[in-house]
Amino acid sequence: MTDFVLNGRKVTSTSEKDTPLLWVIRDELGFKGTKFGCGAALCGACTVQVNGQPIRSCITAVSDVAGKKVTTVESLGTPAKPHALQAAWIKHDVPQCGYCQSGQLMSAQALLATNKNPSDADIDTAMSGNICRCGTYGRVRAAIKDAAAALRNA
Amino acid sequence: MTKTNRRNFLKSTGAVGSGLMLGIVIPGTGSQPAQAAGTLYTPNAWVHIADDNTITLLSARSEMGQGVYTSMPMLIAEELNVDLQKIKVAIAPPGAAYTNALLGAQITGGSTSVRDGWEKLRVAGAQVREMLVAAAAARWNVPASSLTAANGVVSGGGKKATYGELAADASKLPVPEKPKLKDPKDFKIVGKATKRLDTPAKVFGTAEFGIDVVLPGMLYASVEQCPVIGGKVKSFDAAKAKSMPGVVDIVQINDGVAVVADSYWRAKSAREAVKVEWDEGEGAALSSDSMMAGIRSASESGKVLTIGKPVGNVADAMKGAAKVIKAEYSLPLQAHAPMEPMNFTADWNNGKPILIGPTQFQQGAQGAVAATLGVKPEDITLKTTFLGGGFGRRLELDFVVQAAQISKAVGKPIKLLWTREDDMTHDFYRPQALNQVEAGVDAAGNPVALKFKVTSQSVTQRAFGLPKDTLDPFMAEAAVAGYAIPNTQHDLVINDTGHRVGYWRAVSHNMNAFANESFMDELAANAGKDPYQYRMALLKDKPRFANVLKLAVEKAGWGKALPAGRARGIALMEGYDTYMAQVAEVSVVNNKVKVHRVTVAADLGHMVNPDTVRAQIQSSVIFGLGAALKSKVTMAKGRVQQTNFDNFEVIRMNEAPVIDIVLVPSTEKPGGIGEPATALIGPAVANAVFAAAGKRVRTLPITTEELTRA
Repeated sequence: MTDFVLNGRKVTSTSEKDTPLLWVIRDELGFKGTKFGCGAALCGACTVQVNGQPIRSCITAVSDVAGKKVTTVESLGTPAKPHALQAAWIKHDVPQCGYCQSGQLMSAQALLATNKNPSDADIDTAMSGNICRCGTYGRVRAAIKDAAAALRNA
Repeated sequence: MTKTNRRNFLKSTGAVGSGLMLGIVIPGTGSQPAQAAGTLYTPNAWVHIADDNTITLLSARSEMGQGVYTSMPMLIAEELNVDLQKIKVAIAPPGAAYTNALLGAQITGGSTSVRDGWEKLRVAGAQVREMLVAAAAARWNVPASSLTAANGVVSGGGKKATYGELAADASKLPVPEKPKLKDPKDFKIVGKATKRLDTPAKVFGTAEFGIDVVLPGMLYASVEQCPVIGGKVKSFDAAKAKSMPGVVDIVQINDGVAVVADSYWRAKSAREAVKVEWDEGEGAALSSDSMMAGIRSASESGKVLTIGKPVGNVADAMKGAAKVIKAEYSLPLQAHAPMEPMNFTADWNNGKPILIGPTQFQQGAQGAVAATLGVKPEDITLKTTFLGGGFGRRLELDFVVQAAQISKAVGKPIKLLWTREDDMTHDFYRPQALNQVEAGVDAAGNPVALKFKVTSQSVTQRAFGLPKDTLDPFMAEAAVAGYAIPNTQHDLVINDTGHRVGYWRAVSHNMNAFANESFMDELAANAGKDPYQYRMALLKDKPRFANVLKLAVEKAGWGKALPAGRARGIALMEGYDTYMAQVAEVSVVNNKVKVHRVTVAADLGHMVNPDTVRAQIQSSVIFGLGAALKSKVTMAKGRVQQTNFDNFEVIRMNEAPVIDIVLVPSTEKPGGIGEPATALIGPAVANAVFAAAGKRVRTLPITTEELTRA
């Protein structure tokens, strides 16, 4: 049994303690927005935040987040009240197949939480762990800058 | 699926599927099945109208990122006169009505969606519009010509009725064979940059991919396959795995041993405890070096097939040439590696199987499962989810059949999910290729004769049973370039290496454009001429080629000074009825290539959604750039050596160049845009590397290792 906080709600996992957080979030707790891409922290599709830090949930044992706050794409915003990043993503029509985008958004959100005006180099550093085989990088970059500007002006 | 099965299936394609609408809606968009909205009428296979005015437009093509869930409905909505944002979009079930005329089956691939749908979907929309108007005319006893249909309402003479109110009557009327189509200059939707309808679901994490499917009582499966593709299970020991938590069953299927458990992680963990003894089969002897040696040998002694029509007399012209220049180019195996690993959900359902997941080939999936499980295709329900990338990998049916076999064996619904390692080591790889090109040039260095020979493996022989020694059109793409050369001959030699090959984004355009455009640069260098001017002189009677080349070099600032160490390279091609030129701007430092900027000019005729066109060009450049600079697949002892994104490296954010795009306004017939840019980035970069570093690299990827050797 592992207790942690998922998107603001207390949850309990009964999975074996070495089960990767990814599968607990997806299959046990039913939050499907977070995706499986590589199982080895190489692609970033499974990115979630633990106490505000972006981590790869595919290699993080659920026992490692006991008592911690985990957030996923489902915590960002809703169609009625999108996060600035989601609004910018829609404005730029960033996604293509869309599979990696939850991970991209969670990495981007972690970047903007500590950096109100990221440079291209800052974006490279924060986002290069997130692979997009559709090659949406240019739009991801533009949308991050747009969202940062919107948050600064908010 | 065996070759025979698939071939037989394709023969009967026209008979498969009833065309009955299932009211499937785009998963995860929050909309309910169309039936639930009211009585559903189906004026034709593309348009559903419910009596509560819910209008659903069908996409017969799978959404794998290329925007068809928006572009297909745009074509229908244009003629139906409805607001795209107010309609629902659904993915079509398998059905003869949804056959792709360019490919002969219900397939998403070959950059064909808009080319196939351009006429057909506008006709479908116009037919329904005319049927609705005819229904209103009959109801009000007025001439149809006095009525108009717009914004979901038919009106005229002070009367009006919604499409929903007229749908029941309209669906009883004959379908007009030749409805009147709009003049393209009156288009209000087609040709306008339009927001994708699937973006919100993909941004809020609610879009349903294959991996997200859940059925009541569903179990999870992980399958151990032979490390040598094609190998078979000799025996296996599952004693330990069976005792592990959550394991429900362990079953042998055609391709290996599947562990079925109550969670994915438990299935995958138990799979690692299964001991399998394999009969590795003939594939165990394969290595990429020996395969390439086989291709080289075939290029010398294999049966030569002619591509297109030879022009003039190459042999004589070569003899009379001032100089003969020869070069050889080669490309390695590549994996597709879409972000979503292969998966499918299957429910045996007592012999009426339900299959749900990501596929580019609906009828193929239906036919393959029917043949393997011994059921009728029409007894199989197939639903397509969003695809987490395709690139040609999801044209294949191996994972669909595996899921169906596992579900039948355990008698319960299961979701099969591959690991990334399964995906990388059990792909259908882009074949290796060897291109040998030879030109005779005159005293000024201009080509008087060109001889082109490509030797590679046929995907079509494997996938669709193309007979041996028959020209495979998917090996000959872009072999004949647009340049005016008085004597030309293009040859193809097909060599089966024994390795499993598949269609990979841009298919044979990759090898043939790499050879042609690298060689054109070599000829320009030999002549001491500017690569742009040299090409333009050979394009005098090819306005669409010349135009995109001119636009690309102008936008790229060709000839203008660059920061020290940077240089530009050009590539030009026609593919999928699209004319495209690229200019890559690179620098080479310590034998490491960096691509700073890529400029693309494209003339693809009529465009449906220009913003999607841009997105597809951006996507294709990045995808091709990975294969141009970083990734390749190698084989040793029959095993693919690459396993994950650490040893099959792809382009990441920090390596993504700026991409500038120029689109030519055009009323030519639409061309495909999902692939051509992938084939051109390789030669554009190779030519830029030559300009920057003076080194001619005749294979891809241009790694530091390769450049050090060059």
